[in-house]
Amino acid sequence: MNIWDESYECMPREELEQLQLERLQSTLNRVYKNVKFYRKRFDELNILPEDIRSDKDLSDLPLTTKSDLRDSYPYGMFAVSLREVVRLHSTSGMTGKPTVVGYTRNDLNTWTNLTARILTAGGVTKDDVVQITFAYGMLTGAFGLHYGAEKLGASVIPTSSGHTEKQINIMKDYKTTTLLSTPSYALRIVDTMADMGIDPKSLNLRVGLFGGEPWSENMRKEIEERLYIDATDNYGLSEVLGPGLSGECRFKCGLHIFEDHFIPEIIDPTTGRSLSSGEKGELVITTLTKEAFPMVRFRTGDITSLDFHSCKCGRTSVRMKKVMERADDMLIIKGVSVFPSQVEQVLYEIKGCEPHFQLVVDRKDRMDTLEVLVEVSEGIFFDEMKKQRQLLENIKRSLSRKLGVSVDVKLVEPKSIGMGSKREKRIIDKRVTHSESAIELGSANDH
Amino acid sequence: MTHALKTYSLTLVHFRLFKLESLLIQALLYCTDVMLKLKNINTYYGKIQALKNVSIHVNDGEIVALIGANGAGKTTVLNSISGITPPDEGKALFRDTSILGLSPDKIVKMGISQVPEGRQIFAPLTVLTNLELGAYHRYRRKNRFSLKEDMDAIFSFFPILKDRKNQIAGTLSGGEQQMLAIGRALMSQPSLLLLDEPSMGLAPIICKDIFSMISNLRNEFSTTILIVEQNAKAALQIADRGYVMETGKVILEEESENLLNNKEVQRAYLGKEKREIWE
Repeated sequence: MNIWDESYECMPREELEQLQLERLQSTLNRVYKNVKFYRKRFDELNILPEDIRSDKDLSDLPLTTKSDLRDSYPYGMFAVSLREVVRLHSTSGMTGKPTVVGYTRNDLNTWTNLTARILTAGGVTKDDVVQITFAYGMLTGAFGLHYGAEKLGASVIPTSSGHTEKQINIMKDYKTTTLLSTPSYALRIVDTMADMGIDPKSLNLRVGLFGGEPWSENMRKEIEERLYIDATDNYGLSEVLGPGLSGECRFKCGLHIFEDHFIPEIIDPTTGRSLSSGEKGELVITTLTKEAFPMVRFRTGDITSLDFHSCKCGRTSVRMKKVMERADDMLIIKGVSVFPSQVEQVLYEIKGCEPHFQLVVDRKDRMDTLEVLVEVSEGIFFDEMKKQRQLLENIKRSLSRKLGVSVDVKLVEPKSIGMGSKREKRIIDKRVTHSESAIELGSANDH
Repeated sequence: MTHALKTYSLTLVHFRLFKLESLLIQALLYCTDVMLKLKNINTYYGKIQALKNVSIHVNDGEIVALIGANGAGKTTVLNSISGITPPDEGKALFRDTSILGLSPDKIVKMGISQVPEGRQIFAPLTVLTNLELGAYHRYRRKNRFSLKEDMDAIFSFFPILKDRKNQIAGTLSGGEQQMLAIGRALMSQPSLLLLDEPSMGLAPIICKDIFSMISNLRNEFSTTILIVEQNAKAALQIADRGYVMETGKVILEEESENLLNNKEVQRAYLGKEKREIWE
């Protein structure tokens, strides 16, 4: 059982708490001084950074949401000047404006070390050949893992996303031992292998680290059995750092959060009140070491719970449960986050269609598909074909551009979709009903 | 265990054994835990709050640097630890025992010794007497032999002091006075040494010597060191970790290497990149 940075990952809890307090206080002093947004928020509540004397006081501070980040687009949340920023990334945006996140040289350094921790926890060593099938671009996934794998001394193949057959040929010829991808892409690879007549057993694959979307234990079992690998989950989000926030060790009993760099909290997503750690609720993260883009109490929107019991692997950090659901109505389609509100906004802007719509999400050939059913005004529905097709193309183009994923659009008669704006009616996620996770999700939706 | 190690290392100094073994001691010291822990320290000078919620820790065997501009509160942190300006609020634990509210002499007896800013040696007295005064609190109880042993260790570490042992301390050069001040603090057999601006008023070349001596102190005397410095670069080069202070608050905690890389620290305290700041 390998551990990348034993002195921090296995730090006694008491020492860890002292370190967290020191870093929390210095982070608060810095954001209060350098970020207008936080200073204004703290002042409104009459809170000074020095009022925070333990991690328990953290819950007195206001929460930061995705829309706060959107409002301060592009550089409003930066705590250092742009001259000190050596890298910019962005998240897929909620309503057009994405969130820009920045990294100083030290931030990149931290990121590298944290992804090295995740990879080590997942079983990757310097002798491995690591194939990274996340897209290299504005999203954080590929770069973060890339640095960590290089730091470990592994051989990195930056194949980026797409071209599955080519990926498989590289996997075979370059003797890839480690696959880094989304879980659904891993299954797509297995299926394509079958079509190509390649036996996964003939490959050198040994381990896989998967992230970027929720996946069930059944899916893990399928990936492990069909690819003959050890599959672990890892979690992160661009607003906080990217990959490197938490990851599973090989005991697969929850994702270790690197508490020397982050403080996790669990809140009730509707009231915003803090819940005790074992309870299920929305994950809130405060960064402790980030220089360029520190986050105080950021609402991740992901539902999980925390387990402080020590793990067999020797790490002393808290573990979060695999994330299987969202606190809001965000959908993850091919690793890209999509909000129904985005669809609504696009439809509002297009003449001739009512903003009544339904999203149908499915998984065909292992890949997510998104179909939007749109009600159109009577005039257009019974109008000539040409006009109808134009409208259809228009909606399709606008939606795909806005959401960043390809979309299928179907025009439907007025009032054929229920008027309810509730999530159940607006979104039909058929992916869920395919897998065992449906059961978990279903029961979770009850409350 | 640390005490045993200390005796062992002192013996080593006497027999002038190989460096390898002192490295071994260093390695052993590294695996022990927190020596000093401050939590939410608030210190006032009258009505003026000099320290606001300062939380820092020093691990056994570490060299930790406290850097920051003039008036940031660095010296006040040291004075709050040694009891010279006792904190009004907070927790201060030395090896899990609270030292809050104890008088400075009790704190020295527990193993914390401070080398004050501007050296503060007893100028009219001889070097030897200055050193003896450093062991004042144990002078009566322990026999002179043990004092002599310690003094010999100090003389072998700072040979120049041996040459000048009968000279009046006020006639020493700045660098020699700094060595004397450190030597005097070592006479109380501290496990934690607090150094306040050891480079102050010294020529750059002497500074370099003093810093290399300080980094050797940990090996030779197995002391843990908390150092306050305006010469941030020199301090960070010998330190394992550092804290950056600003107007009574800690604004950064990092490993020294990262602090040296931090552009803000570079600009503010290392005198690099003085171009105008982008807004």
